[in-house]
Amino acid sequence: MADDDVIYAEGLVKTFGAVRALDGLDLAVRPGEVHGFLGPNGSGKSTTIRILLGLLRASGGTVTLFGRDPWSDAVDLHRRLAYVPGEVNLWPNLTGGEVIDILGRLRGGHDPERREQLCKRFELDPTKKARSYSKGNRQKVALVAALAARAELLILDEPTSGLDPLMETVFQECIRELTDGGITVLLSSHILAEVEALCDRMSIIRAGRTVETGTLTELRHLTRTAVEIETERPLDGLEALPGVHNTRTRDLHAEFDVDSTELDAVIAFVSARGVRALKATPPTLEELFLRHYGDSIAAVDDI
Amino acid sequence: MTHFAGTLALVRFALRRDRVRLSIWVASLTSTVWFTSQSIFGLYDNEAELAQYATTVKSNAALIALGGPPYGLDTFGGRIVWECAPYAIGVALMAVLTVVRHTRAEEEAGHTELLRATRIGRHSHSAAAFLTASGVSIVIGALSAAALAIDLPVAGSILFGAGFASLGVVFAGIALVAAQVTTHSRAATGIALAMLGAAFVLRAIGDIEAGWLSWLSPIGWMNYTKPFTADTWFPLLLSLAFTAGCVAGAIALESRRDVGGGLVADRPGSPFASPRLATPLGLAVRLQRAAFAGWAAGLALGGITFGAVAHSAEDLVGDNQDILDYLTNVGGASLTDIFLATMLLYLALLAAAYGIATALRLRSEETSGHAEAVLAAAVARTRWAWSHLAIALGGSATMLLLSGLTLGGAHAIAIREAGEIVSVTGAALAYVPAVWLLVGFGFALFGAQPRAILAVWAALAFCVLASLFGEVLGLPAAVIDASPFAHVGTVPATDPDWAGLAVLTALAAALFAAGELGFRHRDLQSAV
Repeated sequence: MADDDVIYAEGLVKTFGAVRALDGLDLAVRPGEVHGFLGPNGSGKSTTIRILLGLLRASGGTVTLFGRDPWSDAVDLHRRLAYVPGEVNLWPNLTGGEVIDILGRLRGGHDPERREQLCKRFELDPTKKARSYSKGNRQKVALVAALAARAELLILDEPTSGLDPLMETVFQECIRELTDGGITVLLSSHILAEVEALCDRMSIIRAGRTVETGTLTELRHLTRTAVEIETERPLDGLEALPGVHNTRTRDLHAEFDVDSTELDAVIAFVSARGVRALKATPPTLEELFLRHYGDSIAAVDDI
Repeated sequence: MTHFAGTLALVRFALRRDRVRLSIWVASLTSTVWFTSQSIFGLYDNEAELAQYATTVKSNAALIALGGPPYGLDTFGGRIVWECAPYAIGVALMAVLTVVRHTRAEEEAGHTELLRATRIGRHSHSAAAFLTASGVSIVIGALSAAALAIDLPVAGSILFGAGFASLGVVFAGIALVAAQVTTHSRAATGIALAMLGAAFVLRAIGDIEAGWLSWLSPIGWMNYTKPFTADTWFPLLLSLAFTAGCVAGAIALESRRDVGGGLVADRPGSPFASPRLATPLGLAVRLQRAAFAGWAAGLALGGITFGAVAHSAEDLVGDNQDILDYLTNVGGASLTDIFLATMLLYLALLAAAYGIATALRLRSEETSGHAEAVLAAAVARTRWAWSHLAIALGGSATMLLLSGLTLGGAHAIAIREAGEIVSVTGAALAYVPAVWLLVGFGFALFGAQPRAILAVWAALAFCVLASLFGEVLGLPAAVIDASPFAHVGTVPATDPDWAGLAVLTALAAALFAAGELGFRHRDLQSAV
């Protein structure tokens, strides 16, 4: 591990009875980065976060937060972080404003000016009782409480679920402002556009294990570029090239996917046949995602 | 009738969800009835032997206040009915908790909305909850009747069972109305239980002093059926009519309100938290203050009521030799003192119920995910736990203080003897260690075996049975002594059992330490 990793986990294991929720998870979040934490439902994202918060105790492996043990040093560590839970449950008989203040004070104080400003930006009415808030508004309460904190680390568990696209933009602006100020963010999500827009690096987990980690550019090496092409001469032999998949040809027109590592060879092959038109679509995170969760969507590889 | 569409499906769903909890209610209440009747048959060889105790009860206001009016106590049937009647409170309790759980609590959690979007009518949840609670009450009544019919006439047994069930049905109706009035399920339960308390107090005063008051109480209606003694069915018509009124009222209210809404709309609250809400304790106080006020009002009302009638205990005795013999057995205390002691025990058991309910808020805060929000801030687990425990401990001690002040105060005013306030209040405070022991047991379960936390209610039920009814039921001394309330002393009739209090305090401290140790080392069990 790098000495200054804000979050570091290696071989993290958590069992609930016979269920192995985390099965050797690795995670490293460097200071000042926004780290995307991706995985399908039930893959262990929330369990990992609860271990980081000292709410659950790891069954095995190493885990540190600011270089310290999140279980035994929970209270001290919590002064330095703010958290938005995946499922926001508020006390029904307190107002949103009261909840924001309470959470802020219990964390060790927040910035009243920022709180005010955030309520305005998120268009949150803090005088309403929590029981009358919609899901999106409950989410806003938790977000305002966390973003108004003077924290070094934000741990956000699917923070924009229930927010409308307008509010999601506000959220992204707020995160950018905070990261300009040097804050570190762990952003668990399965909204890929959000992760692509905000994150410097990301870790993809499934079934309690980290399957990929790196920057978006690094991860794109693992994916395929979709190519649509029209040539002067027929593309005989294209299908046989290494790294080419899902080829559909019609006369001089072809659509296929190509592994990013084989892109150069394939382009050389087609350009020798006189390219008339070419459209190449870079891999999206969606595809990255699909490849890693391919089991459940096995069709992808067989089309 | 489309407003009731899907009612039966919801009944089946409720029975499926609550199959364990309802089975425990049925099994515990019916087996208690069976056990009580068998112990009476075991204790006495013939009805002639019952006569002496019958005289004792007739002249003991405390026993009448707790148990009910003495009808035919010199017969096996009458005596068994008198012993079993108070258990009907358990049926009412079951009905209230079941109805609120399947109406307002479901609505508050958002489950109702989910189901109401399907082919489920506007009144189906209410109807299903009422049918479930009433049905279970009737099952309890029928099994109890069957338990009595083994040895007693069938007609009387059935009437007893019907009366037993009637209390559950009536309070299912009352809870149904309460669930319409408020948007908060805890408040709905509170309102319905306050009505149960009021029914009990009306009946208690009515049976001791002014008979007509008992006719205002559903518990009174049950007692006036006098199974085996007079076999009067018509008071149950009052129960039926009252229930029909409640159900009609609840349906009318439900037709006029929104899903999730109550009769009173939420007003805008403060956009900022008050400075008191800066600590876990401040938050806990805010969350628990309404319950505290409700319980305090209930206990004070009970204390004033019982205190005001305590002096009547003497008038009932006259120069009955049996009673005079009985009195020498408890160290020559006056009958008034014994009455006060019994009432204090009763109030102390209620204070323990308050303490347990308050401590168990820790568990509901945990499972609802609220604790996660607090513990993810810079709050240590122990600090959070103790903020709620402080209210459970301080609050239950305050309840005892209040019980003593009101019981002693009302009695002091009635006999114009100011000193009674001090002695009764002191006696009330002697119950603090026993009450805290039960709270400690609840916390120990929370820390070490959170999924079994409801066992603390079983412990309280055992204390009620052993300490209030143990001697009458002829329970073995070892069983009675297992209740912490057996080691306080018959205060204020006798001095406190100081050694007993010291042991109780030490045990309570050990339980709190065990709970804290367990909670510090376990996973937080949030929902999701």
